[in-house]
Amino acid sequence: MADAKVFSSNQILVSGALPNDVGAIRLVRTADADIPLAVTSVKQGEQPNSFLVTTAETLSRQDHYMLTAGGANQYWEISPSPLALLFSVIIGSALINNFVFTRYLGLCVFFGVSRNKDTAIGMGITFTIVGLLSGMIAWTLNTYALVPLKLEFMQIIAFIGIVACLVQATDLVLKKVNPLLHKKFGIYLVLITTNCIILAVPLLNATSGASFLEALGLSFGSGAGFAIALFLMSCAIEKVNMAPVPVIFRGLPIAFIIAGLFALSFLGFSGLKVA
Amino acid sequence: MSTYRPPPPISTMLMRGLFEENPVFRLALSLCPAVAVTTSLKNGLMLGVAVLIVQVLSSMSGSLVKHIINPKIRIPVFTIIIAIWVSAMDMILAAYYATVYQEVGLYVKLIVAFAIIISRMELFSMKHNVVPSFWDGLGMGLGFLAAMILAGSFRELLGSGSIFGIAVVPFKPLLLVVLPAGGFFTIGLIMAMFNWVDLKRGHKLPSTTSGCHG
Repeated sequence: MADAKVFSSNQILVSGALPNDVGAIRLVRTADADIPLAVTSVKQGEQPNSFLVTTAETLSRQDHYMLTAGGANQYWEISPSPLALLFSVIIGSALINNFVFTRYLGLCVFFGVSRNKDTAIGMGITFTIVGLLSGMIAWTLNTYALVPLKLEFMQIIAFIGIVACLVQATDLVLKKVNPLLHKKFGIYLVLITTNCIILAVPLLNATSGASFLEALGLSFGSGAGFAIALFLMSCAIEKVNMAPVPVIFRGLPIAFIIAGLFALSFLGFSGLKVA
Repeated sequence: MSTYRPPPPISTMLMRGLFEENPVFRLALSLCPAVAVTTSLKNGLMLGVAVLIVQVLSSMSGSLVKHIINPKIRIPVFTIIIAIWVSAMDMILAAYYATVYQEVGLYVKLIVAFAIIISRMELFSMKHNVVPSFWDGLGMGLGFLAAMILAGSFRELLGSGSIFGIAVVPFKPLLLVVLPAGGFFTIGLIMAMFNWVDLKRGHKLPSTTSGCHG
């Protein structure tokens, strides 16, 4: 087995001997190994003993592929590098698919807490930490207990239980370690239980069958994305509070319009490709 | 335990959920799904009905068990009751409405975290019997369903030019409305409209710093 990686959106760079015959090469996604991707050409690469395989389909750097040539004798597995994967998942969930602005999760806490910059920062940090912890615990429980025991139907109950326990535990620890901080964030800590993001992350991980790294990235990225959204929103709200807003728009309606504008600008991130 | 108070008449309980305390536009609870799945009327309707059923069942079960649970642990107990009904709902929808479920599946699971359901159990079911709890749950569920229908039809009409997937508007639809941003604009505008109607009817606006949980 030799080295191979996704070179561009429709090319794979393979090092090693490869027959110069399109028909002898079979390229599949590891997830659906029965469906071959059409290979259009094989070219000698710039380096000696390397080949560029071009396909008709679009390849993703985050996906896993398998390339076989000359029967099953020669094969290359193409998987993303762990760091790149982690990075791309974090950027993806924090910016490109920001949980607040494109998936509309955690809106209630979002609108409730974004009135003041300090609170927003505190809530953002608290949430990122709790979200990361609960995401990882839920992933471990799901992968090593629920799935092997075929208890997937218990996912909702198990995950909400984890979140509730973790929030309670964080509450206790914070109260002991830093009472001042607890006084300030205790109320938000309780609110985290009903924040959809914290429940959505384990559910998304479980549905997509995420690997450990993907789960880690999503848990952290979602929290970071929420913190970013919260901070941006609180900055805007502090300004709007001093502006003469029409009576019927005061309070939540204007907050929604602002969130809409943010969502619109976050659309710009959808052009962001993580290499 | 609080002292027993006779429940308000059925009509009050129903109308309260629909207008005065509309869960989405007035109480600003359960906003996530209201923005997320209302890109089409069908999705909105499905989630609305799911919430309605879960709300009624949870309210009634909460009312049934209120005497045997320790008030100190009522929140976890309520959460588990809701989680049980949501799991059942989730499986039923996945089995019978597979196509729509693919789009709204995640949000069906997230009904667990809807503040509206637990807040009704806390505020109403804890103090009243099963039958009034049923009506209260029905009113709140209908209020949510109405909000979903309103936002869903608005967005589908403007964003895709159709209702229930049937094209009705000849002009080019406004793509913005079905984009994530459009959801925020729609809810903001409908909330403002609710405020406007209230002002016209001579009511005072609810305080601008309305609390929002969950």
